[in-house]
Amino acid sequence: MAFAQNPRAEERMFYLLVALGGLVTAAGLGAALYMEHAGHVVTGMNNQIVWGLPHVFAIFLIVAASGVLNVASIGSVFGKAVYKPRAPLSGLLALTMLAGGLAVIMLDLGRADRLIVAMTHFNPTSVFGWNVILYPGFFAIVGLYLWTLMDRAMNPYAKPAGIAAFLWRLILTTGTGSIFGFLVARQAYQSAVIAPMFIILSFCWGLAVFLIVQKVMYAWNGLELDMRIRNRLKNLLGVFVAAAAYFVAVYHLTNLYFAKEMAFERFILLEGGLFPFLFWGGYVFLGTLLPLILLYVPAISRVRGSAFLASLLVILGAFAFLYVFIIGGQVFPLDLFPGYEVTSSFMDGKIDSYAPRWPEILLAVSGLGMTFLFVTIGVRIFKFLPQDDLAKLEGSGALHD
Amino acid sequence: MTGSQEKSRRTFLAATVAGFGAVALAPGLHLIALSHAGAPRAAGEPASSKVRWGMLIDTTKCASGCDACVKACNTENGINETVADARQGSQWIRKIDLKDQKTGRTHSLPMLCQHCEHPPCVDVCPTGASMKRADGIVLVDRHICIGCRYCMMACPFKARSLVHQPLTEQNPEVPRGVGCVESCTFCVHRVDKGQQPACVEACPEGAMVFGDLNDPKSAISLRLAQEASTQVRADLKLNQGVRYQGI
Repeated sequence: MAFAQNPRAEERMFYLLVALGGLVTAAGLGAALYMEHAGHVVTGMNNQIVWGLPHVFAIFLIVAASGVLNVASIGSVFGKAVYKPRAPLSGLLALTMLAGGLAVIMLDLGRADRLIVAMTHFNPTSVFGWNVILYPGFFAIVGLYLWTLMDRAMNPYAKPAGIAAFLWRLILTTGTGSIFGFLVARQAYQSAVIAPMFIILSFCWGLAVFLIVQKVMYAWNGLELDMRIRNRLKNLLGVFVAAAAYFVAVYHLTNLYFAKEMAFERFILLEGGLFPFLFWGGYVFLGTLLPLILLYVPAISRVRGSAFLASLLVILGAFAFLYVFIIGGQVFPLDLFPGYEVTSSFMDGKIDSYAPRWPEILLAVSGLGMTFLFVTIGVRIFKFLPQDDLAKLEGSGALHD
Repeated sequence: MTGSQEKSRRTFLAATVAGFGAVALAPGLHLIALSHAGAPRAAGEPASSKVRWGMLIDTTKCASGCDACVKACNTENGINETVADARQGSQWIRKIDLKDQKTGRTHSLPMLCQHCEHPPCVDVCPTGASMKRADGIVLVDRHICIGCRYCMMACPFKARSLVHQPLTEQNPEVPRGVGCVESCTFCVHRVDKGQQPACVEACPEGAMVFGDLNDPKSAISLRLAQEASTQVRADLKLNQGVRYQGI
């Protein structure tokens, strides 16, 4: 789909994509307005399934936002030359994904009109409270970092800004993971391993998003990524996919062995219908094993498009993982009275189910729509296309180390 | 002695007798009031940390199928909205039936906000809307709750509800609102007037005792000193204000 020879078609396509992103965004905003007016009664969420589909999408975007910045950090903080031309795009994706994710979270609030209250009342013991500082701080630091990358006069400050952004994003994802990790009440969460697990998942999902966007941008401009660079990036994705799977395994083993949450683990991994299906089929097979095969089996990984497909699968697996983690964790009843069979008017002792309705589905998807819209406009207005000086990279040996 | 002098002497005597009488009787009256709940708190006077309100629930007296406490709570707090999906309705107090998996022994008990000394809902609330009063009552400030539901995720007792739809016909003493989270207030508006929570008053078996845990002479403290009681999920070390007897 190279538009290099046909600028008019390219322009038409651009406006079509903007319209598409705008439409999805507008539908989500409309749904949010409806929810604000009618109350959450119009959604599938309730007092048992407290957080629903909007949170699955928002947390994907927020976690992947901090992870996608990793590409820039590898260049600026760890000095890898191949990653340096990719830093601006990495920063743009980080900002736009965080914006999309936060918008969904804010619009899902019971009182979305009280945004100003959230910003002026701060509880230092709340992980959400920390995030009220961490998220705007991320915008500011990454914005500054982008400026040092894109303005030549500011280039000398790129490294310190990059280090600051890298540290900030580690703290930010620790915060996102700890939203769940510190929930002592629920069998699914209450684990210190969740924060580092979210960090490694963010590396994985962020790089997958980056590779997809990069591939589309190259195709749009009729370019092909140099195979050696592509191989480095796809190998890194493979490492992240494997490392994330390791953490996910440790998280479940901790629940089984240490916390003795046998009933919950049996539900989520074996008997819980949709949830084991999504976990094993979605996260483990489609989101982990298949990408590893696509990325590492030599005969397959050499084929162009295999890394792109692997990235798409990693993202599919991410949604499956988050659905199981967030919804599955709430569907399972709280164990208030160990050793007793429990019944009540409010789902005590019963496994619940969750059926999202269209307002929350539209709101959830609009997070992706917003991000898509911002990225589409961003990459057209500014120079975000990663451009490699192959001769220089080869001369410095950066393609071989 | 002139008529006016006589009148003023009589007024003086009457006032003195009334004064002494009041001084002599007041502690007794005060104690009677305390034995029921607490002394009424004057408007503007802050809640005192000298008091820790608590509740003891005797599950051996609580009958399965009886929901007098739930009905009384709903009436008192204006929880009268109808929802198609019961899970979207507010449940400040709910009845739970238990059956021991090994012995088959059954219990019934009401579950409500446990008014923890270390409430996880207060820890996690981003705006500080979830708060604990000096006298141990855990409340939500409706003016600064943004409806994020993090407290609902954090509550180990599932004691909190989000108001899922616009409300009408509210009790002016119990403000509620769509999009905000709410839970049992121990009927704080009644307690502040020296009355008992509605559920305690309504229980036909007298299975619920409410009072000041800090006062060793209060009925609840005396019962707790004599009978074995437990806290639900004591492993979390939240030191709840609500205790259960018989489980």
